[in-house]
Amino acid sequence: MGPFEGGALEDGVLDGNAIGGMLMSLFGTDMTAARGVCGHCGTVGQVAELAVYQSDLGTVVRCRTCDGVLMVFVEVRGVTCVDMEGLASLA
Amino acid sequence: MAGHRAGQHLDIRLTADDGYRAERSYSIASAPGEPLAITVERLEDGEVSPYLTRELRPGDKMEVRGPIGGYFVWEPAMGGPLLLAAGGSGIVPLRAILRYRANLGSQVPVRLLYSSRSWPDVIYRDELSRPEAGVAVIQTLTRSHPDDWTGYTRRVDAAMLAEVAWPAADGALAYVCGPTSFVESVAAGLVGLGYPAGRVRTERFGATGQ
Repeated sequence: MGPFEGGALEDGVLDGNAIGGMLMSLFGTDMTAARGVCGHCGTVGQVAELAVYQSDLGTVVRCRTCDGVLMVFVEVRGVTCVDMEGLASLA
Repeated sequence: MAGHRAGQHLDIRLTADDGYRAERSYSIASAPGEPLAITVERLEDGEVSPYLTRELRPGDKMEVRGPIGGYFVWEPAMGGPLLLAAGGSGIVPLRAILRYRANLGSQVPVRLLYSSRSWPDVIYRDELSRPEAGVAVIQTLTRSHPDDWTGYTRRVDAAMLAEVAWPAADGALAYVCGPTSFVESVAAGLVGLGYPAGRVRTERFGATGQ
Protein backbone atom coordinates (compact mmCIF):
# COMPACT_ATOMS: atom_id res chain seq x y z
CA MET A 1 0.00 0.00 0.00
CA GLY A 2 1.24 3.45 -0.80
CA PRO A 3 0.83 6.86 0.66
CA PHE A 4 -2.47 7.87 -0.86
CA GLU A 5 -4.86 5.00 -0.94
CA GLY A 6 -6.39 6.41 2.19
CA GLY A 7 -7.59 9.93 2.75
CA ALA A 8 -5.21 12.87 2.57
CA LEU A 9 -3.70 13.88 5.89
CA GLU A 10 -4.17 17.35 7.28
CA ASP A 11 -1.37 19.62 8.43
CA GLY A 12 -0.26 18.77 11.93
CA VAL A 13 -0.81 15.06 11.30
CA LEU A 14 2.45 13.17 10.92
CA ASP A 15 3.32 9.74 9.59
CA GLY A 16 4.98 6.65 11.00
CA ASN A 17 8.48 7.97 10.35
CA ALA A 18 7.88 10.32 13.27
CA ILE A 19 7.58 7.45 15.76
CA GLY A 20 10.46 5.44 14.28
CA GLY A 21 12.69 6.27 17.24
CA MET A 22 10.12 5.32 19.85
CA LEU A 23 9.33 2.08 18.00
CA MET A 24 13.03 1.28 17.75
CA SER A 25 13.35 1.74 21.50
CA LEU A 26 10.36 -0.53 22.12
CA PHE A 27 11.08 -3.25 19.54
CA GLY A 28 14.86 -3.05 19.31
CA THR A 29 14.81 -2.72 15.53
CA ASP A 30 13.52 -0.41 12.80
CA MET A 31 9.76 -0.75 12.42
CA THR A 32 9.06 2.00 9.87
CA ALA A 33 9.50 -0.45 6.98
CA ALA A 34 7.37 -3.11 8.74
CA ARG A 35 3.86 -3.83 7.50
CA GLY A 36 0.84 -3.55 9.74
CA VAL A 37 -2.56 -5.04 9.06
CA CYS A 38 -5.52 -2.99 10.28
CA GLY A 39 -7.68 -5.01 12.65
CA HIS A 40 -10.75 -2.95 11.69
CA CYS A 41 -10.75 -3.01 7.88
CA GLY A 42 -7.87 -5.30 6.92
CA THR A 43 -5.86 -2.70 5.02
CA VAL A 44 -2.16 -3.53 4.84
CA GLY A 45 0.11 -0.53 5.25
CA GLN A 46 3.73 0.25 5.93
CA VAL A 47 4.22 1.73 9.38
CA ALA A 48 5.95 4.76 7.80
CA GLU A 49 2.71 5.55 5.97
CA LEU A 50 0.30 5.33 8.89
CA ALA A 51 -1.33 8.49 10.28
CA VAL A 52 0.27 9.66 13.53
CA TYR A 53 -1.39 12.10 15.92
CA GLN A 54 0.93 13.39 18.63
CA SER A 55 -0.04 15.43 21.67
CA ASP A 56 1.28 16.04 25.16
CA LEU A 57 -0.94 13.19 26.32
CA GLY A 58 0.51 10.59 23.98
CA THR A 59 0.55 9.24 20.45
CA VAL A 60 -2.33 7.74 18.49
CA VAL A 61 -1.72 5.85 15.25
CA ARG A 62 -4.63 5.45 12.83
CA CYS A 63 -5.38 3.50 9.66
CA ARG A 64 -5.25 5.66 6.51
CA THR A 65 -8.23 3.85 5.04
CA CYS A 66 -10.82 3.51 7.82
CA ASP A 67 -9.37 5.90 10.42
CA GLY A 68 -9.53 3.11 13.02
CA VAL A 69 -7.13 3.35 15.96
CA LEU A 70 -4.23 0.92 15.46
CA MET A 71 -1.82 1.82 18.26
CA VAL A 72 -1.75 4.09 21.29
CA PHE A 73 1.41 5.05 23.18
CA VAL A 74 1.32 6.86 26.51
CA GLU A 75 4.40 7.61 28.58
CA VAL A 76 3.81 7.59 32.33
CA ARG A 77 6.71 8.41 34.64
CA GLY A 78 9.29 7.22 32.12
CA VAL A 79 7.43 4.02 31.22
CA THR A 80 5.80 3.77 27.79
CA CYS A 81 2.43 2.00 27.84
CA VAL A 82 1.57 0.44 24.48
CA ASP A 83 -1.90 -0.55 23.22
CA MET A 84 -1.80 -2.34 19.86
CA GLU A 85 -5.25 -3.88 20.01
CA GLY A 86 -6.25 -2.26 16.70
CA LEU A 87 -3.56 -4.08 14.73
CA ALA A 88 -4.31 -7.55 13.38
CA SER A 89 -0.60 -8.08 12.77
CA LEU A 90 2.71 -6.25 12.56
CA ALA A 91 5.66 -7.81 10.78
CA MET B 1 26.73 5.65 17.22
CA ALA B 2 26.30 3.15 14.39
CA GLY B 3 26.73 4.22 10.75
CA HIS B 4 23.72 5.78 9.14
CA ARG B 5 21.85 5.43 5.84
CA ALA B 6 20.93 8.26 3.47
CA GLY B 7 17.49 9.60 4.45
CA GLN B 8 17.52 8.63 8.14
CA HIS B 9 16.90 10.91 11.11
CA LEU B 10 17.84 11.35 14.77
CA ASP B 11 15.68 12.06 17.79
CA ILE B 12 17.08 14.72 20.11
CA ARG B 13 15.69 15.04 23.61
CA LEU B 14 16.35 18.00 25.86
CA THR B 15 15.61 17.98 29.58
CA ALA B 16 15.27 21.28 31.43
CA ASP B 17 16.48 21.79 35.01
CA ASP B 18 12.89 21.37 36.23
CA GLY B 19 12.59 18.02 34.46
CA TYR B 20 10.50 19.29 31.54
CA ARG B 21 11.41 17.35 28.43
CA ALA B 22 11.06 18.12 24.75
CA GLU B 23 11.93 15.79 21.90
CA ARG B 24 12.27 16.51 18.18
CA SER B 25 13.39 14.59 15.11
CA TYR B 26 16.10 15.99 12.81
CA SER B 27 17.08 14.50 9.50
CA ILE B 28 20.72 13.56 9.00
CA ALA B 29 22.30 15.91 6.45
CA SER B 30 25.55 14.05 5.84
CA ALA B 31 26.11 11.06 3.59
CA PRO B 32 26.82 7.59 4.94
CA GLY B 33 30.53 7.40 5.74
CA GLU B 34 30.75 11.10 6.58
CA PRO B 35 30.73 12.44 10.14
CA LEU B 36 27.18 12.67 11.44
CA ALA B 37 25.63 16.09 10.76
CA ILE B 38 22.15 17.47 11.17
CA THR B 39 20.71 20.70 9.82
CA VAL B 40 18.42 22.61 12.16
CA GLU B 41 15.98 25.26 10.95
CA ARG B 42 15.42 27.75 13.76
CA LEU B 43 11.74 28.32 14.48
CA GLU B 44 11.57 31.46 16.63
CA ASP B 45 8.62 30.12 18.64
CA GLY B 46 10.08 26.61 18.85
CA GLU B 47 11.11 24.82 22.04
CA VAL B 48 14.14 22.95 20.77
CA SER B 49 15.53 24.61 17.63
CA PRO B 50 16.35 27.99 19.32
CA TYR B 51 18.38 26.10 21.92
CA LEU B 52 20.20 23.99 19.33
CA THR B 53 21.02 26.98 17.13
CA ARG B 54 21.82 29.62 19.78
CA GLU B 55 22.69 28.05 23.13
CA LEU B 56 24.35 24.73 22.40
CA ARG B 57 28.14 24.76 22.79
CA PRO B 58 30.83 22.18 22.05
CA GLY B 59 31.06 19.87 25.05
CA ASP B 60 27.39 20.20 25.99
CA LYS B 61 25.60 16.88 26.43
CA MET B 62 22.19 15.89 25.12
CA GLU B 63 20.20 12.74 24.62
CA VAL B 64 20.33 11.45 21.04
CA ARG B 65 18.55 8.40 19.66
CA GLY B 66 19.23 6.94 16.23
CA PRO B 67 19.97 6.69 13.40
CA ILE B 68 16.30 5.94 12.75
CA GLY B 69 14.37 4.73 9.73
CA GLY B 70 14.43 1.89 7.24
CA TYR B 71 11.74 3.18 4.89
CA PHE B 72 12.70 6.72 3.84
CA VAL B 73 16.21 5.67 2.77
CA TRP B 74 17.99 5.35 -0.55
CA GLU B 75 20.63 2.78 -1.42
CA PRO B 76 22.45 2.69 -4.77
CA ALA B 77 21.07 -0.79 -5.44
CA MET B 78 17.59 0.75 -5.52
CA GLY B 79 18.61 2.57 -8.69
CA GLY B 80 16.66 5.40 -10.27
CA PRO B 81 16.07 7.72 -11.91
CA LEU B 82 15.33 9.64 -8.73
CA LEU B 83 12.76 12.35 -8.26
CA LEU B 84 13.43 14.22 -5.03
CA ALA B 85 10.80 16.69 -3.83
CA ALA B 86 11.36 18.89 -0.79
CA GLY B 87 9.27 21.47 1.03
CA GLY B 88 11.28 23.71 3.36
CA SER B 89 13.68 21.80 5.59
CA GLY B 90 12.45 18.61 3.92
CA ILE B 91 15.53 19.20 1.76
CA VAL B 92 17.82 17.85 4.50
CA PRO B 93 17.41 14.06 4.06
CA LEU B 94 17.37 14.56 0.29
CA ARG B 95 20.67 16.43 0.55
CA ALA B 96 22.09 13.36 2.31
CA ILE B 97 20.93 11.26 -0.66
CA LEU B 98 22.53 13.71 -3.13
CA ARG B 99 25.83 13.70 -1.24
CA TYR B 100 25.79 9.92 -1.00
CA ARG B 101 25.21 9.67 -4.75
CA ALA B 102 28.08 12.10 -5.41
CA ASN B 103 30.50 10.35 -3.03
CA LEU B 104 29.77 7.00 -4.64
CA GLY B 105 30.26 8.38 -8.14
CA SER B 106 26.76 7.12 -8.95
CA GLN B 107 25.42 8.03 -12.39
CA VAL B 108 21.76 7.71 -11.34
CA PRO B 109 19.94 10.70 -12.92
CA VAL B 110 18.24 12.97 -10.38
CA ARG B 111 15.69 15.74 -10.57
CA LEU B 112 15.25 17.76 -7.39
CA LEU B 113 12.16 19.93 -7.01
CA TYR B 114 12.58 22.20 -4.00
CA SER B 115 9.91 24.54 -2.64
CA SER B 116 10.80 27.38 -0.26
CA ARG B 117 8.97 30.50 0.89
CA SER B 118 11.60 32.96 -0.26
CA TRP B 119 15.24 33.08 -1.40
CA PRO B 120 16.65 33.63 2.13
CA ASP B 121 14.73 30.52 3.24
CA VAL B 122 16.53 28.27 0.73
CA ILE B 123 18.80 25.85 2.58
CA TYR B 124 22.08 24.77 0.87
CA ARG B 125 21.77 27.66 -1.61
CA ASP B 126 25.41 27.53 -2.75
CA GLU B 127 25.57 23.78 -3.00
CA LEU B 128 22.37 23.56 -5.01
CA SER B 129 23.56 26.25 -7.43
CA ARG B 130 26.43 23.92 -8.43
CA PRO B 131 24.79 20.53 -8.81
CA GLU B 132 26.77 17.44 -9.77
CA ALA B 133 26.55 16.12 -13.33
CA GLY B 134 23.28 14.28 -13.80
CA VAL B 135 21.45 16.29 -11.15
CA ALA B 136 18.87 18.89 -12.18
CA VAL B 137 17.74 21.34 -9.50
CA ILE B 138 14.38 23.03 -10.02
CA GLN B 139 13.24 25.51 -7.40
CA THR B 140 10.04 27.33 -6.61
CA LEU B 141 9.65 30.29 -4.25
CA THR B 142 6.10 30.47 -2.98
CA ARG B 143 5.87 33.85 -1.17
CA SER B 144 8.43 36.22 -2.59
CA HIS B 145 11.29 36.04 -5.04
CA PRO B 146 14.19 38.19 -6.26
CA ASP B 147 13.51 40.38 -9.28
CA ASP B 148 15.78 38.32 -11.50
CA TRP B 149 14.30 34.97 -10.39
CA THR B 150 13.76 32.59 -13.26
CA GLY B 151 12.37 29.60 -11.32
CA TYR B 152 8.79 28.85 -10.40
CA THR B 153 6.89 31.21 -8.11
CA ARG B 154 3.98 29.13 -6.84
CA ARG B 155 3.25 26.12 -4.69
CA VAL B 156 3.96 22.78 -6.30
CA ASP B 157 0.90 21.71 -8.29
CA ALA B 158 -0.04 19.06 -10.82
CA ALA B 159 1.04 21.19 -13.78
CA MET B 160 4.48 21.82 -12.25
CA LEU B 161 4.94 18.14 -11.48
CA ALA B 162 3.98 17.25 -15.04
CA GLU B 163 6.77 19.57 -16.28
CA VAL B 164 9.42 18.57 -13.77
CA ALA B 165 8.90 14.92 -12.83
CA TRP B 166 10.29 12.01 -14.83
CA PRO B 167 7.57 10.49 -17.01
CA ALA B 168 5.92 7.59 -15.20
CA ALA B 169 7.16 5.24 -17.93
CA ASP B 170 10.75 5.88 -16.77
CA GLY B 171 10.02 3.94 -13.60
CA ALA B 172 11.44 6.64 -11.35
CA LEU B 173 11.70 6.30 -7.60
CA ALA B 174 10.37 9.37 -5.75
CA TYR B 175 11.26 10.69 -2.29
CA VAL B 176 8.99 13.41 -0.96
CA CYS B 177 9.73 15.19 2.32
CA GLY B 178 8.22 18.27 3.89
CA PRO B 179 5.21 19.53 5.79
CA THR B 180 2.18 17.26 5.59
CA SER B 181 0.21 19.44 3.12
CA PHE B 182 3.21 19.59 0.77
CA VAL B 183 3.76 15.84 0.89
CA GLU B 184 0.08 15.09 0.37
CA SER B 185 -0.21 17.30 -2.71
CA VAL B 186 3.05 16.11 -4.30
CA ALA B 187 2.36 12.43 -3.62
CA ALA B 188 -1.17 12.68 -4.98
CA GLY B 189 0.13 14.59 -8.00
CA LEU B 190 2.72 11.92 -8.79
CA VAL B 191 0.14 9.16 -8.52
CA GLY B 192 -2.04 11.25 -10.84
CA LEU B 193 0.85 11.22 -13.36
CA GLY B 194 0.91 7.43 -13.18
CA TYR B 195 3.59 6.78 -10.56
CA PRO B 196 2.76 3.55 -8.72
CA ALA B 197 2.14 4.40 -5.03
CA GLY B 198 4.85 1.93 -4.08
CA ARG B 199 7.46 4.04 -5.97
CA VAL B 200 6.71 7.15 -3.90
CA ARG B 201 8.28 7.29 -0.45
CA THR B 202 7.16 10.01 1.88
CA GLU B 203 8.15 11.64 5.14
CA ARG B 204 5.98 14.28 6.77
CA PHE B 205 6.81 16.71 9.53
CA GLY B 206 5.42 19.66 11.39
CA ALA B 207 5.97 23.41 11.15
CA THR B 208 8.60 24.72 8.74
CA GLY B 209 9.00 27.15 5.84
CA GLN B 210 8.15 25.80 2.39
